[in-house]
Amino acid sequence: MSPDGRDQMAADTESQTAEVDQEESDKQRPAERSDGDESILLELVSYLRDCRTELREEWARRISEADLLDVMEDDEIFSEATEVYDNYMDALETGSVETLQKYARELSERIIPRGVDTDEVLGIVLLLRDVLARSLFTKYQDNLEHLNRVLDAYEPAANRIAVTVGVSFVEERDRVIHDQQESIRELSTPVLQLRERLLILPMIGVLDSSRARQLKEQLLASIRDNRATVVVIDITGVATIDRTVANHLVQAVEASRLMGARTILTGLSPEIAQTVVDLGVDLSMMRTVGDLQGGIEEAERLAGYGDGVADDSNGDDDT
Amino acid sequence: MSVAILRQADYIIASIQSDLSDTEVVELRQELAELVGRYRARGIVIDVSALDVIDSFVARSLRSIVLTARLRGAETVIVGIQPDVAIAMVQFRLNLKPLRAVLDLDAATALLDELTQGDPEDGE
Repeated sequence: MSPDGRDQMAADTESQTAEVDQEESDKQRPAERSDGDESILLELVSYLRDCRTELREEWARRISEADLLDVMEDDEIFSEATEVYDNYMDALETGSVETLQKYARELSERIIPRGVDTDEVLGIVLLLRDVLARSLFTKYQDNLEHLNRVLDAYEPAANRIAVTVGVSFVEERDRVIHDQQESIRELSTPVLQLRERLLILPMIGVLDSSRARQLKEQLLASIRDNRATVVVIDITGVATIDRTVANHLVQAVEASRLMGARTILTGLSPEIAQTVVDLGVDLSMMRTVGDLQGGIEEAERLAGYGDGVADDSNGDDDT
Repeated sequence: MSVAILRQADYIIASIQSDLSDTEVVELRQELAELVGRYRARGIVIDVSALDVIDSFVARSLRSIVLTARLRGAETVIVGIQPDVAIAMVQFRLNLKPLRAVLDLDAATALLDELTQGDPEDGE
């Protein structure tokens, strides 16, 4: 078998017939749209089913040739390809893309965590479309008129399938991204109660303006819920901040003061400290303490716990 | 008038019941300035927990009430600013430093006790 020669031939046929198809279809399409379509579609589906093994192999081969899905093993690609191929046939035959859509979702769910990209997914679906179209060309190249009708039936269905798979993939990925954002958002601003009326907000990761705004709202809500009087915001885990974020912090501190809580900011890295000074943000009304430990000590003093920690352990025994 | 003004020991408690018009705010300011002298009050508590909105005029007026009262010899504590209101207030670019705020009345009287005792923490 000489794939190159065959490909070449098929490609030539393709370009010729594509032109013919264009001209012919302009004339013929309105007349015989619906009546022949169904039977032709069935005919081509049964033909494509007959060639299942061969075409599937051809497709899998072209996927590896194009270096798509390189995170997956060859036999894995082959079994997924089989699955997709069969679903593709069903969708062609019935015109219903629901099963395929469901399968595409599941497939996306499996392959997204492994780092498969949108272009790869679109690439393989379009490859299958090409492989099938090409086999149709080879089969019907002697009868141009029939080929046109076959293509008229095949192409819209194939396009619809390609769109379905692509959209399913993108939707699934959007969903994953959305879920992840959600969990990051929940994880990112925990509010911990250290003692009665004393809260700690450890901030980790990138502090952008949307998170800073969220921090502000969460801070105020938890001040109200816990009737907190002292809050320690620890930003040791924050790498950089910009002017907007710094202003959000200032506003958060000012707003919590309006709700009766004093705020201590701890863990400003040398970089952040310099940035804040360079930006000219006025942090003078904020209490800042070098590290979280110092911040908690200061907070306990402000909240009136004094140096109660050592006293408590002794006092319990005595009384 | 939608402000209830009560007297408790050395303190005046002004509880705002509903949104105030600008005139009413000005009246409140005058009345409080006057009452401080009449009652020889040493502290004022202004309860704003019923307010869902505090616009920049009200915020500025609260600030001037605080400053006026201080000149008349009384400290002022604001009680019950809601989270959304607090967020809005800090965006008015108003110097809110004179405002002292707490969440409930107990905390307010405790803070006033502390403030009017003239203890060293005043400098903060």
